[in-house]
Amino acid sequence: MKRRRLMIAALVAALAVGPLTGAVLAQGNSIFIPLLVYRTGPYAPSGIPIANGFVDYFNMVNERDGGINGVKIAWEECETQYDTKQGVECYERLKAKNPVLVNPYSTGITYQLIPKAPVDKIVVFSMGYGMSATSDGRWFPYVFNFPTNYWSQASAVIRYIGTQEGGLEKLKGKKIAHIFHNSPYGKEANPALEELAKKFQFELTLLAVDHPGQEQKSTWLQIRRLNPDWIFMSGWGVMNQVAVKEAVAIGFKMDHFIGNWWSASDADVVPAGDGAKGYKGAAFHAPGANFKVHADVVKHVYDKGKGAGKKEEMGAPLYNRGLVNAMFSVEAIRTAMGKFGNKPLNSEQVRWGFENVNLTDAALDKLGMKGFTHTVKISCEDHEGSGPVLIQQWDGKKWNIVSDWVQPMRDVIRPKVEVAAADEGKSRGYTMRDCAKEK
Amino acid sequence: MIYREAGQFKTTYASDQAIFPILQDRIFVGLVALAAFVAVPLVADEYWLQAILIPFLIYALAALGLNLLTGYAGQLSLGTGGFMAVGAYSAFKLSTAFPPLNIVIVFLLSGLIAALVGVVFGIPSLRIKGFYLAVATLAAQFFLIWLFNKVAWFTNYASSGTITAPTRTILGLTVTGPLASAQARYLVALAFVVVFALIAKNLVRGRVGRSWMAIRDRDIAAEIIGVRPLRTKLLAFAISSFYCGVAGAELVFLYLGSAETLAFDIGLSFLVLFMVIIGGLGSVLGSFLGAAFIVLVPILLTNAPHAVGLNLPVALQKQIELMVFGGLIIGFLIVEPLGLARLWQITKEKLRLWPFPH
Repeated sequence: MKRRRLMIAALVAALAVGPLTGAVLAQGNSIFIPLLVYRTGPYAPSGIPIANGFVDYFNMVNERDGGINGVKIAWEECETQYDTKQGVECYERLKAKNPVLVNPYSTGITYQLIPKAPVDKIVVFSMGYGMSATSDGRWFPYVFNFPTNYWSQASAVIRYIGTQEGGLEKLKGKKIAHIFHNSPYGKEANPALEELAKKFQFELTLLAVDHPGQEQKSTWLQIRRLNPDWIFMSGWGVMNQVAVKEAVAIGFKMDHFIGNWWSASDADVVPAGDGAKGYKGAAFHAPGANFKVHADVVKHVYDKGKGAGKKEEMGAPLYNRGLVNAMFSVEAIRTAMGKFGNKPLNSEQVRWGFENVNLTDAALDKLGMKGFTHTVKISCEDHEGSGPVLIQQWDGKKWNIVSDWVQPMRDVIRPKVEVAAADEGKSRGYTMRDCAKEK
Repeated sequence: MIYREAGQFKTTYASDQAIFPILQDRIFVGLVALAAFVAVPLVADEYWLQAILIPFLIYALAALGLNLLTGYAGQLSLGTGGFMAVGAYSAFKLSTAFPPLNIVIVFLLSGLIAALVGVVFGIPSLRIKGFYLAVATLAAQFFLIWLFNKVAWFTNYASSGTITAPTRTILGLTVTGPLASAQARYLVALAFVVVFALIAKNLVRGRVGRSWMAIRDRDIAAEIIGVRPLRTKLLAFAISSFYCGVAGAELVFLYLGSAETLAFDIGLSFLVLFMVIIGGLGSVLGSFLGAAFIVLVPILLTNAPHAVGLNLPVALQKQIELMVFGGLIIGFLIVEPLGLARLWQITKEKLRLWPFPH
C-alpha cells in the first residue's frame, strides 16, 4: 500500500507544482524574444535548422556587437512540435516575460496569434508565411509578413513559368497543378493561383494532400492522368520528400516541378537520390554558407564552441532562413532604437520599428548579407514589401540559384490583399487605420 | 477521525440517495466549487487560466462524454475527435449565420447536432462489438474530418479552411473572440462542466445508467431482462456525442479562438480515450482526474527542469518529457489498473478507518 500512497503523493505534487513556470527572467539591460521551435516530432527535420539559424545569429550579435546597440538579446526556446495547441501554451507561458515580438514558425500558430496580437500588443512576425491578408498594415498593425507573402510568391512563380515558356501570353492553355498540404498553410496560395489562372487562362488543378503527407499515391495517379506542364507545390515536412520521390517514380520532368520556399531544402530532395536533380524551389534568400555573415557566425559563435548545430550544416536553405528571420527581427529593433533610444524597448516601440524597416543594399552590405537577400522597405500600409523571389535548383549535391530576382505581380496581388484584409478585418470588428495621420 | 459518517442518520429516502451522502463530502465539494467559481478567477493569472485550466475543463467535458459511452455503456469509440469537430463546426456555422443567437444556445444546439451525427455512426454498434466497433467509429473520425476539409461551406468559404470564433457576449460580458477575458471564458467553461457533470452523475445513477451498465456487463443478459439494446446503445451514443460536441465547440470558442481540422485529428480521439482509461472507466470523477493528468503532467515536466534551475536543451527536454510521461502512464496502470478514480476511492476508505486501521 506504501507504493500506492507514494503514487497519490506524486500525483498531488504534480497537480500542484505543474503549472509553475520557470522563473528565468531576462536581465535588466536586455530585450526578450521568445522562439517557438520544433526540434522534435514529424516536422523536426525542417524545424532544427531554422531554430539553429536563429540562435546562432542572436549569439553572434551578442558576441560580436555586444547586443543590438549595446542591448543584449535574451531568448528562450519553447518546443511546439509544430502543434497549434502546444504553440499556444508556449506563447501564453512566454508572454509573461514581456516579449517584444514572436516568430510563430507555423501558419497554424500564426492564425492563433493574429487575433491576440492587437490585444496583447505583441508583434507577430510571420516571415513569408501566415495569412497573406495581413500584408495590409492598415487592418493588421501588429502583424508583419515581409519580405514577401504566399500570394506574391505564387505570382512570382507563375511569372517565372511564363518566362520559361517564352512569355506570359504563352501560359494560355498550359496545365499547371498545385499540390498543397491540406491545411491553412497549404491552401493559402490557392486564391491567388485561381485569380492568375483566370487572368492568363492557364488550366489550374488543385490537389490536396492530407497531413502528414506520407500517402500520395492517388495524388500522383491524378498527375499522371492530367500530365501537367508544370507542378507547383506547397508542402511541408515529410510530404515534400514523398512528393519528390513520387515525381521521380512517374518520370516527371524535374525542372518543371517547383516547390515553394518551404518545399525546397536539402531534406526534401536527398531521399530521392539522383532522380531529384533538376527540382526547383522558390526562395527569398540565397543558399550556401559563403557570405560574410556566415564567416562572422563561425568566428564569433562556432569557434567559441557556442554553435547551436554542426558547422557543416550551415548554409542549408532552412538554416539561412533562420538567419534571415533573426536578422530582420534584429534590424527592426535597431530601427526602433533609432527613434526611442538604445535601451530595452517595449513591444509597441518595436512595432514602430517593424513598420519603418528600410534595409537598403548598403545596410545589407554592412550586415554581411549583400546578395544574400533582397532589400526591404516597410510602411504603414504595406507590411509585406512585395519582395521578389529567387528560383533555386538542386544539382544533386547542392542548391544553385538559376534565376534573377523574379518580381511578384503586385498589380494583381496587392488589390487582392486589400480586399481580403478588409474582409478579414471587418469580420474581426477592426477599424482601418488612417496611415496619413501617423506620419 | 475527521472523515467519518458516524452520527449522520438518514431519515428520508432523499437523503439516503443523495450524490454525496456524507456531510464531509458535501462540505469538501462545496468548498471546491466555491474556490473554482470565486477564488480561481480572482487569483489565477492569464497563463494559468488560458493554458491550463480552460483546456483542462474542456477536455474533462469531452472525457466525461466518452466515459458515458465507453466506461458506462461499454461501447469503445475512437470517433471523439470527429464528434468534437461536428460540435465546433456547427457552433461556427450557427453563430455566424445567426449572430444574435445567445452563445449558450449555440453550444447546446451544436451539441444536439453532434448527438444526431453520433446516433448515425452508433448504428453499427448494434451488430459489432469491442475492437471491431472501435474500427467502425474510426471511420466516423476520418470521414468527418475529411468532410470538413473538403466542403468549403463549413468554413464559410474561408480560403485557409480555418474557422475563427466570432465575438459574442452573455449578459453584456464578452465571452468569445480575442477580446474576451480569460476569466470570462474560464467561468463559462466551468459552468458548463459543472452542470453537465451533475447531469451525468444523475444519469448514471438512474435507470438510464443502469441499463447502460447492464448492456456493458453482458448484453444478452440485459436484453433478456428487458433492456432494449437499440435504444440503450443509441442513447449512449447520442448523449456521449452531445457532450463531445459541446466540448468541441468550447475548444474553438473558449480555448483556441480559431482552428483547422487538424485540431480534431485522430490524436485528439486517442488523447480523450487515454484520459478516460487513466482516470477510470465508468467514473465521473475519473474523467476529471484523467483530464487533469493528461493536461497537467506534460506541463509540469516541461517546467520542472526550469524550476530547479536546470537549463536543458528544449529537444532533450521534450524527449525526456515524452519518456517520463509514458513511463508514468504505464506505472499508474500497473499500480492501479482501474484508474485514478479507484486510487481516490481507496484513499477515502483508508481515511475512514484512520487512525485505527484494522
